[in-house]
Amino acid sequence: MENKTKSACETCAHFNADGLKKLGVKTDDFDFVVALAGNPNTGKSTVFNALTGLRQHTGNWPGKTVTRAEGGFEYNEQKYKLVDLPGTYSLLSTSEDEEVARDFILFGKPSVTIIVVDASRLERNLNLVLQILEITNNAVLCLNLIDEAERNHIEIDTRILAKDLGIPVVPTSARFQRGIPELIQTVSDLANGKITCKPRRIKNIPKNIEKSVKELSDTIEKQYPNISNSRWIAFRLLEGDTQIIEALKTGKIATNEY
Amino acid sequence: MNTKNIDEIIALSEELRWEIGDDFHDNLAESIYADASKIVEDTVIKDNKKSNFRLDAKIDKIVTSRIWGFPIMLFILGAVLWLTIIGANYPSSMLATILLDNIHPFLKSTGTNLGFPWWLNGFLFDGVYLAVAWVIAVMLPPMAIFFPLFTLLEDFGYLPRVAFNMDNLFKKSGAHGKQALTMSMGFGCNAAGVVATRIIDSPRERLIAIITNNFSLCNGRWPTQILLATIFIGAVVPESYSSLASLLAVIGIAILGIAFMFFFSWALSKTVLKGEVSTFNLELPPYRPPVFWKTIYTSLIDRTMIVLWRAIVFAAPAGAVIWLISNITIGDLSLASWAINYLDGFGFLLGLNGVILLAYVVAIPANEIVIPTILMLTVMVTGIAGGVGNGVMFELDSVTATADILKAGGWTLLTAINVMLFSLLHNPCSTTIYTIYKETNSVKWTVVASILPVIAGFIVTFLVAQIWRIFI
Repeated sequence: MENKTKSACETCAHFNADGLKKLGVKTDDFDFVVALAGNPNTGKSTVFNALTGLRQHTGNWPGKTVTRAEGGFEYNEQKYKLVDLPGTYSLLSTSEDEEVARDFILFGKPSVTIIVVDASRLERNLNLVLQILEITNNAVLCLNLIDEAERNHIEIDTRILAKDLGIPVVPTSARFQRGIPELIQTVSDLANGKITCKPRRIKNIPKNIEKSVKELSDTIEKQYPNISNSRWIAFRLLEGDTQIIEALKTGKIATNEY
Repeated sequence: MNTKNIDEIIALSEELRWEIGDDFHDNLAESIYADASKIVEDTVIKDNKKSNFRLDAKIDKIVTSRIWGFPIMLFILGAVLWLTIIGANYPSSMLATILLDNIHPFLKSTGTNLGFPWWLNGFLFDGVYLAVAWVIAVMLPPMAIFFPLFTLLEDFGYLPRVAFNMDNLFKKSGAHGKQALTMSMGFGCNAAGVVATRIIDSPRERLIAIITNNFSLCNGRWPTQILLATIFIGAVVPESYSSLASLLAVIGIAILGIAFMFFFSWALSKTVLKGEVSTFNLELPPYRPPVFWKTIYTSLIDRTMIVLWRAIVFAAPAGAVIWLISNITIGDLSLASWAINYLDGFGFLLGLNGVILLAYVVAIPANEIVIPTILMLTVMVTGIAGGVGNGVMFELDSVTATADILKAGGWTLLTAINVMLFSLLHNPCSTTIYTIYKETNSVKWTVVASILPVIAGFIVTFLVAQIWRIFI
């Protein structure tokens, strides 16, 4: 029996970069849905453009992307639909653009979520990251604008960060195409189950609250066995989020309308 | 879906909410922030002393300062417009020579040789082709300069500083500070500006931003302003100052538009759209040196070409309409002449004329084609010998030729000023109207947003005309 060992080159993301085909707006019959989420002005649209070959409007100000843009790419003969979302500071939506982002992350059931953060403003960005990790099991942290962080003498230990968050971390500078091959490779590994995440769940929650959350999320799971974010929905219900209550009533949470 | 079970879930959540008490939200938020700072502590090493943020802060201190903030904004606007005015002249006349002087006669003679009947030849080449050619010659050069410059500023990170500077003015007029961003987008395209209002979370302030976005002079109207200012305003002063004078006139119109936007924001927020001004956080992102050639390339390919394509798509049928109304006659006059005669009286009251008003009706689909339409209709009415007959968009290889036609059509300095004003203050183009409807989902607000600027335009031009005629 032949035991085929891969050469170092074959396992490298840059070797496989040839397998990338930018599909532009052609997104019919795809194998996976990938969402791009993150704070405003972290470069989501630039990452989107780098992956799809499209030219979504980009610019250096928060709030350019107000609608959901879709594009596609093919990697190693699998087709991905990539969804560029408006930036948002949290998942407690207030304006229409933030609602677009939240609804898709919550109800769109992406196979993989790429969370784009500004490497030089990591702490502020983590607020959203931790909230998204409550919702999804398959995510990768795209540590974007890493060139700017380097220029400002900010060093980030990506290995410890990945361990702390329980998801892979890829440093990128999408404007200069840096890190994009590694990002695609990671997305592909996640989509095909080659990497499994253990996303960090919010800790330090008082015991009595944790107990109530557990009770409620168990009940939700009984009603919707396929739901992956019952804990977060329980959080929201306990806060009395009328939009989530509405989504429960209309069945938006259970159906896959995106 | 079993609604009974859902009701149970909601009932359970309400019960539990009572049990855990009020501080749940704070507890949760605190946990998140504690987690975040712990993670950062373990993973990030920062050397604050060497940070470039200090340079950013220094720049911001100047460009957002009380004293320098506004002069710098005006200077940048002026520089962008000046480069556009100066730079667009030469390629414009070159395009006109190629498209109008060379290709047009060639097409016409080809048509004749192929045995086209006169009406088909006229309809295709004097109507549709000339309208398209005109739009390209007039629109392309200024856009190809204006858009990349604007995009460079955008990439650099200047827009949020504009918003920061103007925040106070917006607050005083009862509007949302982020309206400065949607206003800036409107300088490119009002439809885009209207969509951009989604970043404003209060419905009241968002409506104000939508209704007043049309007062941002859009890219379809910049060339009109630039052309008229060059011909008429530049001619009032000695020649060495003429480009400065026309530059100032265009900036003046743009600022007047901003003033109107503030006035109507204020008026709306004091009457039908009363309410509190909401507070918001605005991030001033770091300055980023734009990737120069890439930015130039994408803004040329995407924004310029997309907008130009839209102009062409609207110009072709408009050209057809113009040719038809000038060639279909009722009694002894063409449809266009009837309309012009009918509108002339009202036009005179506004310091305009029937031709201009008819042109604005024909050009509802796209502001870009106003000037070509006016020229063509003027040629027809005055019967200047262009040699080719009714409904022909005239062959113009230079600004002087345009000026001659307009002057033959009875234009004075007053007419030019009032057309500049009316170009600023009239209904949004059909794309923008449709976008407003889609965003507001309300016929009422769409009508308000469409009618309000026209009424403002009628009032302003009327007053200017009367005062002008009394004193000058």
